[in-house]
Amino acid sequence: MQKVYSQILQIAGDVITVEAKDVGYKELAEIRTKTGISLAQVIRLADDKVSLQVLAGSRGISTDDQVRFLKRPMQISCSENLLGRTFNGSGAPRDNGPVLQDDQIDIGGPSVNPSKRIVPRNMIRTGIPMIDVFNSLVESQKLPIFSVAGEPYNQLLARIALQAEVDMIILGGMGLKYDDYLFFRDTFEAQGVLSRSILFVHTASDPTVECLLVPDMCLAVAERFALEGKKVLVLLTDMTNFSDALKEIAITMEQIPSNRGYPGDLYSQLAARYEKAVDFDTAGSITILAVTTMPGDDVTHPVPDNTGYITEGQFYLRGGHIEPFGSLSRLKQNVNGKTRPDHRAIMDRMIQLFADYRETVEKRSMGFQMSAWDKKLLKYGERFETELMDLSVNIPLEEALDKGWAILSDIFEPSEIGMKESLIKQYWPKEKLAAK
Amino acid sequence: MNTEQRHGKVVGVNGNMVAVAFESRVMQNEVAYVVVGNERLKAEVIRVKGKRAELQVFEDTSGIKAGNMVEFTDELLSVELGPGLLGQVFDGLQNPLPRLAEKHGFFLKRGAYLDPIDDHLRWEFTPTAKVGDKVRAGDQLGTVPEKAFTHWIMAPFALSGELEVCEIAPAGNYALIDKIAKLKDESGKIHDVSMTQTWPVKIPIKAYAQKIKPTKPLVTKIRIIDTLVPVAVGGTFCTPGPFGAGKTVLQHLLSRHTEVDIVIVAACGERAGEVVELLAEFPELIDPRTGRSLMERTIIICNTSSMPVAARESSVYTGVTLAEYYRQMGINVLLLADSTSRWAQAMREMSGRLEEIPGEEAFPAYLESRIASFYERAGLVKLRNGQLGSVTIGGAVSPAGGNFEEPVTQATLKVVGAFHGLSRARADARRYPSIDPLDSWSKYTSFIEADRVAKGTAILKKSRSVNQMMKVVGEEGTSAPEFIDYLKGEFFDAVYLQQNAFDKTDESTTADRQAYVYAIVEDVIGRSFEFQNKDEARKFFQELRQIFVTWNSAPFQSEEFKKGEQQIKDKILSVGVSS
Repeated sequence: MQKVYSQILQIAGDVITVEAKDVGYKELAEIRTKTGISLAQVIRLADDKVSLQVLAGSRGISTDDQVRFLKRPMQISCSENLLGRTFNGSGAPRDNGPVLQDDQIDIGGPSVNPSKRIVPRNMIRTGIPMIDVFNSLVESQKLPIFSVAGEPYNQLLARIALQAEVDMIILGGMGLKYDDYLFFRDTFEAQGVLSRSILFVHTASDPTVECLLVPDMCLAVAERFALEGKKVLVLLTDMTNFSDALKEIAITMEQIPSNRGYPGDLYSQLAARYEKAVDFDTAGSITILAVTTMPGDDVTHPVPDNTGYITEGQFYLRGGHIEPFGSLSRLKQNVNGKTRPDHRAIMDRMIQLFADYRETVEKRSMGFQMSAWDKKLLKYGERFETELMDLSVNIPLEEALDKGWAILSDIFEPSEIGMKESLIKQYWPKEKLAAK
Repeated sequence: MNTEQRHGKVVGVNGNMVAVAFESRVMQNEVAYVVVGNERLKAEVIRVKGKRAELQVFEDTSGIKAGNMVEFTDELLSVELGPGLLGQVFDGLQNPLPRLAEKHGFFLKRGAYLDPIDDHLRWEFTPTAKVGDKVRAGDQLGTVPEKAFTHWIMAPFALSGELEVCEIAPAGNYALIDKIAKLKDESGKIHDVSMTQTWPVKIPIKAYAQKIKPTKPLVTKIRIIDTLVPVAVGGTFCTPGPFGAGKTVLQHLLSRHTEVDIVIVAACGERAGEVVELLAEFPELIDPRTGRSLMERTIIICNTSSMPVAARESSVYTGVTLAEYYRQMGINVLLLADSTSRWAQAMREMSGRLEEIPGEEAFPAYLESRIASFYERAGLVKLRNGQLGSVTIGGAVSPAGGNFEEPVTQATLKVVGAFHGLSRARADARRYPSIDPLDSWSKYTSFIEADRVAKGTAILKKSRSVNQMMKVVGEEGTSAPEFIDYLKGEFFDAVYLQQNAFDKTDESTTADRQAYVYAIVEDVIGRSFEFQNKDEARKFFQELRQIFVTWNSAPFQSEEFKKGEQQIKDKILSVGVSS
């Protein structure tokens, strides 16, 4: 029988310290309190003193509560039975379904050997022109949505999930508002994707520490399914909450903070999660879309800053739409040459013209006179915003490209847009060529 | 030598740091193994306090228990040197990744280590030393062909003093570990020599006659670098830039086009996807210098961001040690480290766990000296046989928030010879490579004369200041000559400093062509054009720019190139000049 320890030496923040022997680093323990059983994870060993972070928080723990070590790291059951289910941050069911015990796997496993990865090459179509045309999402990409509180980032995430051509969806909620959790669940259910989704949800009212395990659980499960050949899309919202939980524990453990209180290993911690995005040689793939809210809309804040160095681009969601400038998909070159011959040309030219439009708007607001060219740009910009940029637009890539040509040809002469002759010949609407 | 096997016991674990109690002795920086079940995890002693040693573990530390056994090895963290390194992909501890994958599948199994070079590979050895010859460490004993290179088999670097060749194997085919020579040192001790040797990564290899000041320009074929902020053969440079400014694309271009013999890429704590791209494209690309696959002149050290942090620190040292090894053969090597900030962060993580008193932004106080001693391992050296060899180091830096005032960038700037600062504004304006031509600097000289380069820099400065002014007073507030200077600066930037990485010809420009094209650009900058008005001036430069950009895509001295040149000359002469 396993030994039970019943003398807690220290309780500080959500970390407790007990004296125990034969305990492994990162091992799991159970604490029996008056109110119930909570899981805890070993985060430091120093001589016989063992520090554990208590998933349910330390509130109500008494110094004589019983601590029992489980002789195993954090594990999660992983099988087809997970599909359609919702769990909390410690892996217990949040719906009314049964507790799952079959096929336990470790979470936070080793990283993939880089020589077993392949260069990503499949586009994920989302039906959102700002993504499909201008910053294509690629299978196995890791991409954050940089946003601020109040923006519809969860709605965007849900929409991409619903429309993306993937085999399964795993949602990891961290510090999610309860309403948002219900929104995801109801939307998935209404759209009929819940049966191929798994939800791990930590809500804002749950103990902070539980939030820390959410990405690892999502990704461990995703990895298992990807190895079985599935294309998995993992949605994580919001990684800033995850980072803040890391900060909280680090400070409790008296670690020296590096930047605005965040621990020095923030980069490594985030990278360990994001790098789980992978396209396996001869198996499936994991694509990660994550929300990172930027405190004070400041991209130099440690969380978005470190994230930007890790991920393969970023989408800025501002003012209810995906901002064309700053948003970037680093992998788009891998796929947008294989869609339609005009894809890259439309992408480049329309964005350049839109940049000119923004300049013109600025000039107009400063009271400068508008030339004929400026007026064309203004007309162009407005149509671009309503017909392509608006998030309610939901059309396939080809239709979006055609729409691009329609807008260009309504406003400009072929010679004014400086595109290759052959493309103009092929795609410029014929009736407009004849009319001019 | 101490032959007794020394052991210790784990007494504490904190992240990747393990505290160990020991009985007899330990050596600072020696390698030790933490035994967990049937796994042996590699670690390095980094601090000793009384009868307690603190180790950084190069693997995930989950499951380590107080009481686990630790074996000390009496060896510093070392790499294996010998023929067969070229074309390989290693992790930070020199484990060959493709062979690990063959053995262990998709994931990096903890505690799995493999020989960097296969001991039983056979090589065609030709002796060059004779019995009775007196040699020193690093002197050539014989050679074997490795890919396109003549790989020297040298007297081991670890031996000291004058050595006498007692035996040397005749020409023939030998396995890597076969004995090929016996050397007698000054004390009369006989040392067996094979084609392979080990060397501790944190100690520079210094088996050369002398270090020479780097002066010869290193041709990178990136125009803005070669002309404005050049790098010397054996010099150092750094590339700091915020995310998305194109650091990695720039490093990839350098690794492909720079005129050196061997390129070592140390991907340190960055995205795995970027390494995968190199792995996919290098074997397909042909090195114009040798006509062989680019992979054959490349070694990739890859410790990506999700791989264990401590091994990230060792990966830059592994890279530079391999570079120094090939330098000993009279070879020019370029080491690209992407990114040194991740290496510095690995030091910071460890320092925090050791509870050292933190310096700025919690980086350890020794950050500067570590960075300095790393870059100091670059250099042009004269070998004892008179040949020259070099290691050039280029380090990418990823400053937090894109702010160059942070400690890693500042410490790096103190010790490098050239600073290529990438600018967010230039990247946003799609002006690639996004090296800021005015903020960046170099202490080396270009193959284009300094006074001629100065003309280019002067017009850029002028152009920038006019541009600033125009933002306030508008175009109408500037005089015609000022406006023309502004256009000249923009022209120089667009047709010369910017380079299209997706164009087969434009992505790399040889030194000849740079000199040729710069002369024409210089002519345009120096001319006093007479324009009727600003619109005419703008139109002229726009058109000239269009012809020039097309010209940049034409192969050097081809028909198309000559035609383009004539068009440019005609265009320039179409405008009158004021006296």
